[in-house]
Amino acid sequence: MFSSTGPFAWFKWQALFADWQIFAQGFAYTLVVAFSALALALLIGIILGIASCSNIKPLELFSRIYVEFFQNTPLLIQIFFLYNGLPYAGIVLSVTTIGIIGVGMYHGAYIAEVVRSGIGSIAKGQLEAAYSQGFTYWQAMTHIILPQAKTIILPPLTMQAVNLIKNTSVLAVISGADIMFTAKSWSSSNIYYGPAYVVAGLLYFILCYPLANLAKRLEDKVNALPAEAGGKKSRLAKQDVTVGNS
Amino acid sequence: MKDIFTTANMLFVLEGLKMTLYISFVSILLSTLFGTILGVLRSLTGGIFRLLAAAYIEIVRNIPNLLWIYVIFVVFRLKSVEAGVVSFTIFTSAALGEIVRGGLNSVGAGQWEAARSQGFNTFQVLRYVILPQAFRNMIPAIVSQFVTVIKDTSFLWSVIAIQELTGKVTILMGRYFQVGQVFTLYLILALIYFVVNYTLSLLSRRLQQKLTY
Repeated sequence: MFSSTGPFAWFKWQALFADWQIFAQGFAYTLVVAFSALALALLIGIILGIASCSNIKPLELFSRIYVEFFQNTPLLIQIFFLYNGLPYAGIVLSVTTIGIIGVGMYHGAYIAEVVRSGIGSIAKGQLEAAYSQGFTYWQAMTHIILPQAKTIILPPLTMQAVNLIKNTSVLAVISGADIMFTAKSWSSSNIYYGPAYVVAGLLYFILCYPLANLAKRLEDKVNALPAEAGGKKSRLAKQDVTVGNS
Repeated sequence: MKDIFTTANMLFVLEGLKMTLYISFVSILLSTLFGTILGVLRSLTGGIFRLLAAAYIEIVRNIPNLLWIYVIFVVFRLKSVEAGVVSFTIFTSAALGEIVRGGLNSVGAGQWEAARSQGFNTFQVLRYVILPQAFRNMIPAIVSQFVTVIKDTSFLWSVIAIQELTGKVTILMGRYFQVGQVFTLYLILALIYFVVNYTLSLLSRRLQQKLTY
């Protein structure tokens, strides 16, 4: 395998190291798209998450439909629509914009669910208590509910960040200059697939593994909390949040 | 719009749906088996088995599914249903392994002790006491992973040219040029995935309610 003709032959690694800047650019591009998409996803997720607990029927309905639509249809099709479909209507977006909007809107739905179940895990009495003290809905949310929900929301939110980073790889399909595309195009020109995919995997791993680990540790902390604060025996279905796949 | 909803087109798309469901179903079946083994090895054994299971789960699930599809394609050197199934099984087994680990942890230690005190051996405790309870807790996460598999099979058309649902509809799109027609096809494509996945989510919710006492 590592012989002079194998897929991991030393000269192939040398070729890769010589082109290290190309891979570094792909890494940087993935980071930029991931951070921007995460910012958008957080914005959408927090707004829709709060909307879905607002007791205002049209808002609840809208956020329900948004969440169910984005969670139950493939990200790739949403991306294809932005990339191949919109130009039919005369709208042409750059690949980077598509990546940020597409991945951001998709994960916005998942984050909305995380925020919703986080708010739901805080006892209803808290909101009533806040009302009785003259708080408005928004004041109660920002001063009483969200600060408490934050601890419970953080682990699944971190997991969502991991999934978001992994999902930016979808850009490779529309030639997006990210890690995946870099590995694919670099290796298809010289067929040195072995080192290219190992390095691409490694780059994703060093981004995702520490975050996934952090999520697990935060999760353990939440489980140690008393039930009233959203600990192990809270109404929040535990598995719903720990794994948080997408 | 009439020219899109022809019998020929619908049969064409249906064929794609069948392929999507077939690949998803086989991958899900295999992944559930391997994932359960990985999860049990990781949380209930020690030494080398635990280490290997942990390494597999952590390495595989922290690398995008798409990369695994490319890797399998390069290794197999063929564009086939098997390559699709293998790549999804590799990734989903790791994801399910992690879910099973969490599920096993959610069953209290008292359950082990109680079952042991009744003379059950380790395998029996797992089979009759721990796994049934763990699986009940895991249903939402497991089904959400199944939905992920069905959604991600849409990569197979772009990467290894398997004519599953996305592939078939994309081919159809190539025959239409008006914005209304193309948008309609995108909507149909999204709706088919939606119906399949949403039904699956609803069933899982019902199943979990039924199993909760």
